[in-house]
Amino acid sequence: MNNRHEWPLYEIFIRAKSGLDHKHVGSLHATDARMAIEHARDLYTRRQEGVSIWAVRSADIVASDPAEADALFEPARDKVYRHPTFYDIPEEVKTL
Amino acid sequence: MTPHCRYVLRLADTNLVLAQRLGEWVGHAPALEEDLGLANVALDLLGQARLLLTHAGELEGRGRTEDEFAYLREESEYLNLTLVEQPNGDFGDTITRQFLFDAWQLDLYENLSLSKDVKLAAIAAKGAREAAYHLRYSSGWLIRLGDGTSESHARVERSIARLWPYTNELFDADEVDREVLAASIGPDPATLGKNWSRRVDAVLVKATLARPAPAKFGWYGKQGRHSEHLGYLLAELQSLHRAHPGATW
Repeated sequence: MNNRHEWPLYEIFIRAKSGLDHKHVGSLHATDARMAIEHARDLYTRRQEGVSIWAVRSADIVASDPAEADALFEPARDKVYRHPTFYDIPEEVKTL
Repeated sequence: MTPHCRYVLRLADTNLVLAQRLGEWVGHAPALEEDLGLANVALDLLGQARLLLTHAGELEGRGRTEDEFAYLREESEYLNLTLVEQPNGDFGDTITRQFLFDAWQLDLYENLSLSKDVKLAAIAAKGAREAAYHLRYSSGWLIRLGDGTSESHARVERSIARLWPYTNELFDADEVDREVLAASIGPDPATLGKNWSRRVDAVLVKATLARPAPAKFGWYGKQGRHSEHLGYLLAELQSLHRAHPGATW
């Protein structure tokens, strides 16, 4: 297929089991949304990795600019009081 | 060999031969993603074939294993449908062959899951879930190709015309089919044919493809009389075992 490069790129997110969140697992090429789900099923869930798939057109993702990392993230570095580390977590709470 | 055993062997061989054909695509599919897609279908079919061959061995009662069935039978002893031994052709041919097959197998398995043969029913119930996905995959592609460019449309139109005559055999009941139907082991091929037509027609409409006229002649792979293609396929499938009898890894 000569126009292989024209297949859009999709980012794939898999939910490992109910109750957990979808995690980014990789990307793949597909001609449409339905094919993206099928490819994701074949590529990323063949060893029972998931119970749910999200596919998002890579072009639709808005990303932060690495060049602005200092302005965006540096100011949070010296504000330890924002971390909730001053609480005792009960032992019964497993997934926090 | 009882009709019951022959019937199970037909199902097993059909899956085994189609799995082998789909395996030929590995490394050659139009995209890496399709490589895996076709291989996954092949592996599902191969897994079902192994269970069915083992079951056939139990029904036969002569101690033959799945490997002995797969590697030590001649072409005329293979009882697969003629459709599945047809060469891969281009991607559209493979998708068309797969679609015509999947639309049949899904209904077959749903019916067989109620079989009096409880082992066969269990294999079919598991297989039905796999077949439902296969049909989703192949019908999605057929619609994409049929309703795609003028080139892809023309090519799958030729594929449908070429493969259509082989579908007669799916619903053309012979002595074995009638015996298993009477024993409540297998479904009525005529009923399968009606459901198949409905499924196929619905997809053909979406794919903007016309249903070909009924073909007059029939094929008899399920009776061991094959097209010229099966011999070559078996030569490859059985070559390792011939060179290294009993090889395992």
